Amino acid sequence: MESVLKISNLNLFYNNVQALYNIDMDIKMNHVTAFIGPSGCGKSTLLRCLNRMNDLIENCRIEGSIQLDGAEIYDKNQDVVSLRTRVGMVFQKPNPFPKTIYENVAYGLRCQGINDKKILDEVVEKSLRKAALWEEVKDRLGQNALRLSGGQQQRLCIARAIAMEPEVILMDEPTSALDPIATAKIEELIQDLKAEYTIVIVTHSMQQAARISDETAFFLMGELIEMNTTKKLFQLPNDKRTEDYITGRFG
Amino acid sequence: MQIRPTTTEKIAKFIIWTISILVVLLLFFIVTFILIKGIPTLTWEFLTQNPASSGREGGILSTIVSTLLVTMVAIIVATPFGVGTAFYLTEFTHESKATRIIRFSAESLAAIPSIVYGLFGFIFFVIFLKLGWSVLSGGLTMAVMILPTIIRTSEEAILSVPAQYREVSFSLGGSKWQTITTAVLPSAFPGIATGVILGIGRCVAETAAVILTAGSSIHMPNSFFDPARTMAVHFYIMAREGISMERAYGTAALLVIIIFFINLMANMIVNRFVAKSR
Ligand SMILES: Nc1ncnc2c1ncn2[C@@H]1O[C@H](COP(=O)(O)OP(=O)(O)OP(=O)(O)O)[C@@H](O)[C@H]1O
Ligand SMILES: [Mg+2]
Repeated sequence: MESVLKISNLNLFYNNVQALYNIDMDIKMNHVTAFIGPSGCGKSTLLRCLNRMNDLIENCRIEGSIQLDGAEIYDKNQDVVSLRTRVGMVFQKPNPFPKTIYENVAYGLRCQGINDKKILDEVVEKSLRKAALWEEVKDRLGQNALRLSGGQQQRLCIARAIAMEPEVILMDEPTSALDPIATAKIEELIQDLKAEYTIVIVTHSMQQAARISDETAFFLMGELIEMNTTKKLFQLPNDKRTEDYITGRFG
Repeated sequence: MQIRPTTTEKIAKFIIWTISILVVLLLFFIVTFILIKGIPTLTWEFLTQNPASSGREGGILSTIVSTLLVTMVAIIVATPFGVGTAFYLTEFTHESKATRIIRFSAESLAAIPSIVYGLFGFIFFVIFLKLGWSVLSGGLTMAVMILPTIIRTSEEAILSVPAQYREVSFSLGGSKWQTITTAVLPSAFPGIATGVILGIGRCVAETAAVILTAGSSIHMPNSFFDPARTMAVHFYIMAREGISMERAYGTAALLVIIIFFINLMANMIVNRFVAKSR
């Protein structure tokens, strides 16, 4: 199976405090990869390395290599803007802009200088359909996105990321602010999306990881303890610490 | 003796209420007093005629125009500088000695009495730059005076834009510039506009700094290099020299009405945006 992202020997420091230790991992194309582990173990930190969002943080130093389709993303010549159009991101809290539904989805395209109404109309509809939101909002695209429910807002954020046609979509606990029904909808959506996109999702819910992911990586204190197919990792973990964590025997 | 918490709360509430009511009453009293005294003078002729015989006769048209011109110069100059500085401080620098110095200077500048700005404007614009007593000198002085207010309100407005908007914009491939103009600026706009409108209010109401820099010529200015007398200055001179109390009150009433509308406008802008972002 082909891997899209190849992380090797990655070390990360915040103000010289190390937060990630020697991470090696492959993220497979059209798979859902889940990151699990206790709070503060570095899941978000690693996720944000994949689209270089950590560049925005002062005093964050990164060593090692991450390759996207074989090209080093931390290379001096790598254009961060184009990287971020290829690796999209959905955040923990639904965070639409206080703009219309339409403008939210069109935002990334407009940043690319695409203002042709026909193209935008098309992409907005396609993205909203893919995010399973079209039927609910097609008659009110001009309405402020903040009036949508939390679950709808999160699907809008997914549509907004999809509009860029990324290869990879990163999701940092995308359902932790949602109720069970909205969560189920997003999980279903993730299942549909993996046919077209590679998805990396951070989750605190082991049930969620088990339900939706193909691969799971378990982290502890900045280290990748174990990564395997989700089935194997949950049924027959190799490492004692993984077993302790998934059976809930962990502080 | 122990006072019960509910009792203290009642006392506190009573004191706060009394003070609030006093403030409102005071404002109401001043405004009504001026309006009652001034409104009878506010005729169409008063607004559309230039003053004659040092203001004893005629209207106040030239002072209205002067006020507009001085304010216009101040706003056109101060807004880009102020908003630009605020964006520089918040978006383009990390907290450092330099930013702290800029911020501290801006805060100190805001606390300086207006007469000092007047003196500075007189020495720098009127004399050193040889602009003379003019609309331009007055406007530039007012620009310097309202700059700190615009910087501070803009900075606060920019800082109150949720960090997530920036993150999302970057994550969608937005550049720094696009992020600032399309994700940050619209949300910060009401705050920035409020700062600018407050600045307008200060320009309209200022006397000391304007007398020293724009002069007090009662004639209609024909260019930005002509001296001018704003409404506030006109009111001051009319009242102080006892030329015509009636006309002084008329001018004051118009000033009060204008300031009221400026504040109303500021409120409306803020509410419009708050409603829009719901
Ligand atoms: N901007 C930052 N500056 C300094 N340290 C940070 C920063 N962000 C994260 N850290 C530290 O890095 C470590 C990993 O944090 P990270 O947010 O990646 O954890 P996480 O696994 O996502 O936790 P959670 O499950 O609570 O979201 C933590 O010890 C955290 O305190
Ligand atoms: Mg996290």
